[in-house]
Amino acid sequence: MNISVFEVTGPVMVGPSSSHTAGAARLARVARGITASPFSHVSFGLHGSFAKTYKGHGTDCALVAGALGLREDDERLAYALAIAEERGMTYDFYETELDGMHENSVKITFMLSDGGKSVVIGSSTGGAQIVIRQIDGFDVEFTAQSPTLLIRQQDQKGIISEVTKALADNDLNIGIMRVSRRAKGDDAFCLIETDNAISREVVEQIRAIPRVVMVRAIQIDSGER
Amino acid sequence: MYNTMEELLRLAEESSSPLWRVVLQNEYRLTGLDEGAIFRRLDERYRVMQKAAEHALNERLSTAGGLIEGIASRQIQHVAGGDTLCGGFINQVMARALSCSEVNAAMGKICAAPTAGACGILPAVLISVGERYHLERRGILEGLLTASGIGAIITQNATVSGAEGGCQAECGVAAAMAAAAAVQMAGGGNETALHAVCFALMNCMGLVCDPVAGLVQVPCAQRNASQAVNAILSADLALGGMKSVIPADEVVEAMYRVGKLLPMQLRETALGGIAATPAAKAIARNIFEA
Repeated sequence: MNISVFEVTGPVMVGPSSSHTAGAARLARVARGITASPFSHVSFGLHGSFAKTYKGHGTDCALVAGALGLREDDERLAYALAIAEERGMTYDFYETELDGMHENSVKITFMLSDGGKSVVIGSSTGGAQIVIRQIDGFDVEFTAQSPTLLIRQQDQKGIISEVTKALADNDLNIGIMRVSRRAKGDDAFCLIETDNAISREVVEQIRAIPRVVMVRAIQIDSGER
Repeated sequence: MYNTMEELLRLAEESSSPLWRVVLQNEYRLTGLDEGAIFRRLDERYRVMQKAAEHALNERLSTAGGLIEGIASRQIQHVAGGDTLCGGFINQVMARALSCSEVNAAMGKICAAPTAGACGILPAVLISVGERYHLERRGILEGLLTASGIGAIITQNATVSGAEGGCQAECGVAAAMAAAAAVQMAGGGNETALHAVCFALMNCMGLVCDPVAGLVQVPCAQRNASQAVNAILSADLALGGMKSVIPADEVVEAMYRVGKLLPMQLRETALGGIAATPAAKAIARNIFEA
């Protein structure tokens, strides 16, 4: 059994819906971690049940709260829209169709302060559990329950072996590893879930590898699942 | 290692342990925590449950749309009145479940079990059965561990998402979890606990998720009350010696398949069932177009 009892009885959260409130807040908080750049506006594309029922479950408050970095058990979640206004973060919601995605899915677009944008698609799969399905057009699949490294690199030989060497040098064991790309010769995406916390040194060491375009460590729960 | 109810039961029987002991051993492996730390974490969650089950008994909470304001305090007053059909115990179970639902709808703090929409069932059963048998905190937390272990198997082999499997996957699974805990807390054996799981799921198979105006209030609160009672009566059926002729894993599989057969309108989209009645549509218009 690889599901902890604390994933079933839990999380402790602000109501009313584990999938539409807590899961939504968690999705947006993970997406914010993936983006890791300053942004001023967030656009939420709601799919399926999210699109149909988001108002009643406070999904709007929850998504905005997550984008602000609030945790799903933070009782300020109910006031997220007002907090966003205070902090000068704007947002909008629209309905969309995300082909083949879970009923509770959202496309989160961060308008970055440098003029670029970052797009994360994820699903809230029930009981406040989430899965991230796409980052900037790359298909991925991770739940952010374990420390996760996201690496974007040029699609060439030898880079992955340098990445895994950096992990081994820092005594990090790889739990799951996936490599994907949009097209041959385009940038590739490497996702690594580790058993232990990922230090800043590891991230810097990987960032220094030639042809690595981007590195992010996603560790949102530090101990508590 | 186990992935099914049958494997869990076999491991428990082989080591002459209660189910919670096997679940605990699995938890050591998953979290690296020791027994003390795991029980402390269970205790933190149980405290949140206790508060939520108590809060709305004394105070009417304000909820979006106000569909279930004051339901828990009215139910506990009904118990105080002394003249109830189900008796004081069952009414108290219902009042506690309603309190959790009211707190949840008021955007207060709850512990999902297995989801927020179903957050009243396990607390109501654990607190009430614990009180009934004068159990120490440890005994109640062992019940919580059994329940959570059963919930983990169902999460892995089926679903606990209303959007995927309907209300049977949320409140129904909560009832199954609570039924197993109730049997154990009442002194029943491991096999008896799994029979209770079967009855709880059979009793609500096909239950749809049809929240009025998309709010987690009606009929969610009513189903927290009724599924808490389902847990208690399923435990009693099993404790009385009734045996499920269908194995627990097959009942779970059946629940999952029924969920897959439910049309999208009956899976948390608020497009079918009670949510699609003229009165529900009028409520939705009042709330969102005001």
